[in-house]
Amino acid sequence: MKTKNIAIYGLLVALAFILSYIEYLIPFPLMPGIKLGLANLVVITAMYGLGYKESLVLSIIRILLVGFTFGNLSTMLYSLAGGMLSWIMMAITKKSKWFSLVGVSVIGGVFHNIGQIIVAILIVSNPLIVTYLPLLLVTGVVTGALIGLLASMIIKRVNRHLR
Amino acid sequence: MVKKNDLILIGVILIIGIGALLFMYLNNEAGSKVSVQMNGEEIITFDLDEDITYTIEGDNGAWNTFTIKDGHVDMIDASCPDKICVNHKDIHYDHETITCLPNQVLLEIIGGEENPIDSIAN
Repeated sequence: MKTKNIAIYGLLVALAFILSYIEYLIPFPLMPGIKLGLANLVVITAMYGLGYKESLVLSIIRILLVGFTFGNLSTMLYSLAGGMLSWIMMAITKKSKWFSLVGVSVIGGVFHNIGQIIVAILIVSNPLIVTYLPLLLVTGVVTGALIGLLASMIIKRVNRHLR
Repeated sequence: MVKKNDLILIGVILIIGIGALLFMYLNNEAGSKVSVQMNGEEIITFDLDEDITYTIEGDNGAWNTFTIKDGHVDMIDASCPDKICVNHKDIHYDHETITCLPNQVLLEIIGGEENPIDSIAN
């Protein structure tokens, strides 16, 4: 691993960690689970700027770090389910080339929420939790689109420094 | 930068989400009971027309306190770290839930009134 890559990984992990913390500080009183997905900004930037594998590693490291620092085993499980499903769907969507970065980010936001709902249904063993899904779909689209727009601006400016 | 496909994707998901929200909103009806569940099992139920404060305790010292007041159920305090259930709005419509994921506690409104048209048909 080149020294430059080590530095970039460190920088991105730190950035994702700080963004998660900022998000943790902003409560959304409307409903549990509504989040901006700021950390996904780093994951999606890494997916486009560095590669699939690299963004997956970043995402897992971030979830573990944030889980150990601010959460517990159950919150980590939710993040992991949301993060992994979101990463898989984003990778598939990006590979399909049907959508731009904004569409990929929307898919990421929506499936992050779907992943968490699935785990919630399994843990509480009550399928009624699925009634949270419609609102989470709407907020996932809005936040996903915003994060996607931001990420494409970032990619345009930092891409040549990442490679 | 933004492709036409992106806009179609955004539109389709928004329509599904808002459509489902509308459907749920139009089918709202007040419930008559609250079911208190822990680890997926019903522990106890209360009628919504009694005003009470109740604390449910789990095996490992986890606890959740909720009130029933004027037919509305609200979580007022809990031992969980995130307090998402406490910040949740109160509930009183049939099938509405407040969930505390860390403590695996779920409050569910049940026993919605029968649709008057159905009762006439019977």
